[in-house]
Amino acid sequence: MPDDYSIFEIDCEHVILQISNYIDGEIDANLRARMEAHVRGCKHCSAILDGTNNTLRLLADGKTLELPPGFSERLRLRLAAHINHK
Amino acid sequence: MRTVRGLHAVLKTKRFRLLYTEQAVRPNCMSVTATIPNSRETDLIARIKAGDRALFYELIQPYQRSVYAAAFSVLGNPTDAEDAAQEAFLKALTHIGQFRAEAKFSTWLVQIALNEARLRIRKERKGLYSSMDEGAQDDEGEYFPIDYADWREIPSEALQRKELKEALQRAVQSLKPKYREVLVLRDIEHLNIAETAEALDITEAAVKTRLLRARLMMRDALAPGFDGSWSVGTPTYKKIRPF
Repeated sequence: MPDDYSIFEIDCEHVILQISNYIDGEIDANLRARMEAHVRGCKHCSAILDGTNNTLRLLADGKTLELPPGFSERLRLRLAAHINHK
Repeated sequence: MRTVRGLHAVLKTKRFRLLYTEQAVRPNCMSVTATIPNSRETDLIARIKAGDRALFYELIQPYQRSVYAAAFSVLGNPTDAEDAAQEAFLKALTHIGQFRAEAKFSTWLVQIALNEARLRIRKERKGLYSSMDEGAQDDEGEYFPIDYADWREIPSEALQRKELKEALQRAVQSLKPKYREVLVLRDIEHLNIAETAEALDITEAAVKTRLLRARLMMRDALAPGFDGSWSVGTPTYKKIRPF
């Protein structure tokens, strides 16, 4: 009874508010289990979780914020000028 | 619109999920720190402090992208971000004598870059940035994602890598600075929650709150609608069901 009850007590709004913490592993095991039970049966929250996870994977691949071409060389020259000037 | 549809297809595919494993997405620390051994870094810092300033470029080489990204997170455009990042490196060299070993060098650099970028904003807008960022309009935690009920399959070949990159950059640039800052440091530069809080000088709770909103906004900006809510040529999505 308590297990079933705890699974059903969480709603979509609660899931969304915790979705970032869920992805980061910043929630306890009980809340995680309740969220996962909710997401399994909720197309809406499942779509949000999948989309958010996929967005983070895209961000994490290192292509989003690449250094501008020539950045390193310009920096090296600027540092050299700065050091020589002192 | 082709870009968005193609991106949608990639976000949805199982192949994409396999390519980007969870382990690759969420390293436990800054990815750049593995590039240079701590002992070597400590040695370089000591020698630079002692006067061998020519070693500074070697010291900061692994952190160029992190510092640039930090400046970008505040300024939101590549040209200003490069300027601020390069200036931050010069300031770091000038003030390296003030760096204390108990701090993490990468975080120290990121803080200098954030400060330099904010200084530029304040100079250019005469304080407008501060009022925008820290004012009474506190909308943290009140954002709810657009209601996509399903993912519409689009042929993945519609997506070109360049289009994906541009779509991501536009989405990141569209965020307000306070959300962009946490997203860039946490989800692009892979600082952990504590490091992000330290770099931005905010609480870990504030990092988490802003991160939630930033991630949901990014997801909404990148993922197209469903059930006919998304249509070609429409710049916004129609909300299908009230949340």
